[in-house]
Amino acid sequence: MEKGTDTLKKGLAEMLKGGVIMDVTNAEQAKIAEKAGAVSVMALERVPADIRADGGVARMADPSKIKEIMESVTIPVMAKVRIGHFVEAQILQAIGVDFIDESEVLTPADDKHHIDKRKFSIPFVCGARDLGEALRRINEGAAMIRTKGEAGTGNIVEAVRHVRTVAEQIRSLKKFQDGMLRKESEKMRVPYRLLIDTLRLGRLPVVNFSAGGVASPADAALMMQLGCDGVFVGSGIFKSEDPKSMASAIVKATTYFDKPEVVAKVSENLGMPMSGLEISKLDIRLQERGW
Amino acid sequence: MRIGVLALQGAFREHSIMLQSLGVQPVLVKTKEDFSGLDGLIIPGGESTTISNIMYSRGIDASILNLHKRGIPIYGTCAGAVILSKDSGSKVKPLGILDISVKRNGYGTQKDSFEAPLQIRGIGDFNGIFIRAPIVTSYENGAEILSEHGNSPVMIRSGNILITTFHPELTEDSGVHSMFLDMVKRNI
Repeated sequence: MEKGTDTLKKGLAEMLKGGVIMDVTNAEQAKIAEKAGAVSVMALERVPADIRADGGVARMADPSKIKEIMESVTIPVMAKVRIGHFVEAQILQAIGVDFIDESEVLTPADDKHHIDKRKFSIPFVCGARDLGEALRRINEGAAMIRTKGEAGTGNIVEAVRHVRTVAEQIRSLKKFQDGMLRKESEKMRVPYRLLIDTLRLGRLPVVNFSAGGVASPADAALMMQLGCDGVFVGSGIFKSEDPKSMASAIVKATTYFDKPEVVAKVSENLGMPMSGLEISKLDIRLQERGW
Repeated sequence: MRIGVLALQGAFREHSIMLQSLGVQPVLVKTKEDFSGLDGLIIPGGESTTISNIMYSRGIDASILNLHKRGIPIYGTCAGAVILSKDSGSKVKPLGILDISVKRNGYGTQKDSFEAPLQIRGIGDFNGIFIRAPIVTSYENGAEILSEHGNSPVMIRSGNILITTFHPELTEDSGVHSMFLDMVKRNI
């Protein structure tokens, strides 16, 4: 009997496909998310919009907080660690979370190295803005990618930009001759075989969700139509006027992303979504963290 | 042969790829209308809370029960097995199509997920991939136990219903899917 294999790590990500992963900060929110149909919850101390507003160093959540959330739901629980902070990751593995997010939403702990994710038995998800960044994370052992938006803004524009960038880069691989593909892999600092896998599949070799900026059912359906396997919703639910309805509507819109009549119906009477921020007016762009 | 794969959430892509490798073009099933003309249905793994939530809110439960009433074969993997069960031991309200009781996440969380070699009756050696898998805690007398792991059944056939608590769609081995297609062929 084997545990912690690549197949098991990537397999859990496969099971999350077509679903919504919601940021929650306590047991009550976790229960609301589960009841609304979330496939998983991300246990946090503060949602990205509050991290952004509060400033200061953002770290892994208090383990007791994460355990409280784990005890309140039966769906998988994820939690975030700082980029490169492998001890925070060891702590999360020790308390038994299902998935670790090495996240730029928290303040990075290492400006050169990401965590060597192969050393862990539970899967990791990491953010990426382009194909090179995604494949570097996969090469380090990430079992799942989320194309980065700009977290905590309720603004979808960055998520769209990056998912389109990755798709365009994958399409352009077809144009390369073998020698050029090797050069491209050197430029991206990723193994040649990973690029070949991506070319053969016509998509990233792991599950890819959208994250950052999703604030409405239409946003979720947009990211699904652009080819994402599912969506993370951070501040978009619990910073909206009516989190229960918003959560449930985003779940339905993610499943029925290609059925506008369903997305229309679930978009009715949700109250105010989170207010949102203009990207050009931001002091900090979280998406730029990660290397 | 028209095989549907319930595509509300979860690993429906992997099941579809497996069916394609066996020369069957699957139909992704998301709405009541998609059920027309099906000869078989696969309910994939995923999150049973999510799949059941969408299933009940969109009236898909009635379509699956109707399929079953007409004797159409149904195969459920992992979360699919939970949904087909009579008792999920949790908040998830199952369809009660197969007379088994299950314990969701029976082995524990992701750190307890595992791969183990299995023996399947009529297939032989098979790599069992168990991801936050349910454990079958009781089953009806007539059920055919096709494979066991650690004293619990992990693959059961009863009439036109097949379940596995593991994920054959994540392997390269199409044995279990072939067995299901045989059930469908015999039924047409």
